[in-house]
Amino acid sequence: MSNNPNNWPLWEIFIQSKRGLEHKHVGSLHAADPQMAIENARDVYTRRQEGQSIWVVPAGAISSSQPEDAAMLFDPADDKTYRHPTFYTMPEGAKYI
Amino acid sequence: MTDLTILEERFQAKIDAELKIEPKDWMPEKYRKNLIRQISQHAHSEVVGMLPEGNWITRAPSLRRKAILLAKVQDEAGHGLYLYSAAETLGTSREQTIDDLLSGKAKYSSIFNYPTLTWADIGAVGWLVDGAAIMNQVMLCRTSYGPYARAMVRICKEESFHQRQGYEIMAVLANGTPEQKEMAQDALNRWWWPSLMMFGPTDANSPHSAESMKWKIKRQSNDELRQIFIDRTVQQAEVIGLSVPDPALKWNEATQHYDWGTIDWSEFNNVVAGNGPCNKERMVARNKAHDEGAWVREAALAYAAKKLKRKAA
Repeated sequence: MSNNPNNWPLWEIFIQSKRGLEHKHVGSLHAADPQMAIENARDVYTRRQEGQSIWVVPAGAISSSQPEDAAMLFDPADDKTYRHPTFYTMPEGAKYI
Repeated sequence: MTDLTILEERFQAKIDAELKIEPKDWMPEKYRKNLIRQISQHAHSEVVGMLPEGNWITRAPSLRRKAILLAKVQDEAGHGLYLYSAAETLGTSREQTIDDLLSGKAKYSSIFNYPTLTWADIGAVGWLVDGAAIMNQVMLCRTSYGPYARAMVRICKEESFHQRQGYEIMAVLANGTPEQKEMAQDALNRWWWPSLMMFGPTDANSPHSAESMKWKIKRQSNDELRQIFIDRTVQQAEVIGLSVPDPALKWNEATQHYDWGTIDWSEFNNVVAGNGPCNKERMVARNKAHDEGAWVREAALAYAAKKLKRKAA
């Protein structure tokens, strides 16, 4: 990545498509400041009514897990099927459960 | 086995299992390089592709056509941006990518080195050029690199209106006055062969193909896609009463495909080498836009710094 201070920084863009739904990551763009990032995101990612709210986050502000840590982080959930409702045997004839 | 071989085998196993590769995953250097080359070329094509069409925005024959063309050209800018972002996830900087285009080091699709001489050319570009691009892009929605595939899904959703508006322009002209029909036929005559060249060299002569297929960057060969495009487009030309400029074109009952003539690859190579009708004009236009926009980029940064300082004070 270029760290040239003469370049506009990179922003990650999150769009909420409808009230009540989550903001979802759609991609990234370069802009000089947050306001410009929002305005550019409007043009780049919502030309067809894809959104009604925009979040912009400086790309450098995002920390993420590493692929090599995936097993350590996520494997422990594999053998805990009792966390799902289908794990349990319900008596025949019981309703609304 | 060396560590590298183990990593490579694991990588290929993921690809074979149809798992997407994401930016932080280990990948062979050549996979990364191939993708950077392909995605940035693709992005440059979207951006340079705005020039031949932008040529007609002020002269579109009606307000309806003008609004449509503006929306289409704006989409191409957006598509360029989606793709530049995807390329950036592979560790290249935007600045470097743009510099490579401006210096002529990076390529873009040769089709944009042809001129748009009449309004019918805008119809032909939408119908044929976008039509050919869509064939490739639909395939790329399933490409193995996650960010590229996601950008392509977004692009494909938007691209289908591009082809339809072009075909509509051609249909209207083909059903118009004899002069209008002739203009449409002339545009088809000039754009047909260059559109077929867009699929790239024949499979036998395609240097990057085997590796790209193994890594599922590409999933169908140049020749396969070209044949599907011909089969579909010839039928569409018939519907609007235009004829495809290929005397060898003939339906083949046995293969259920059209047989067709031969591409003049010397023309293709010549345009790729920089000697097409508009290569120089396109590069001058891109460099001019970049240079003349420099003060805007600087002013925006200075303004952002000033605002930040005021906020802190």
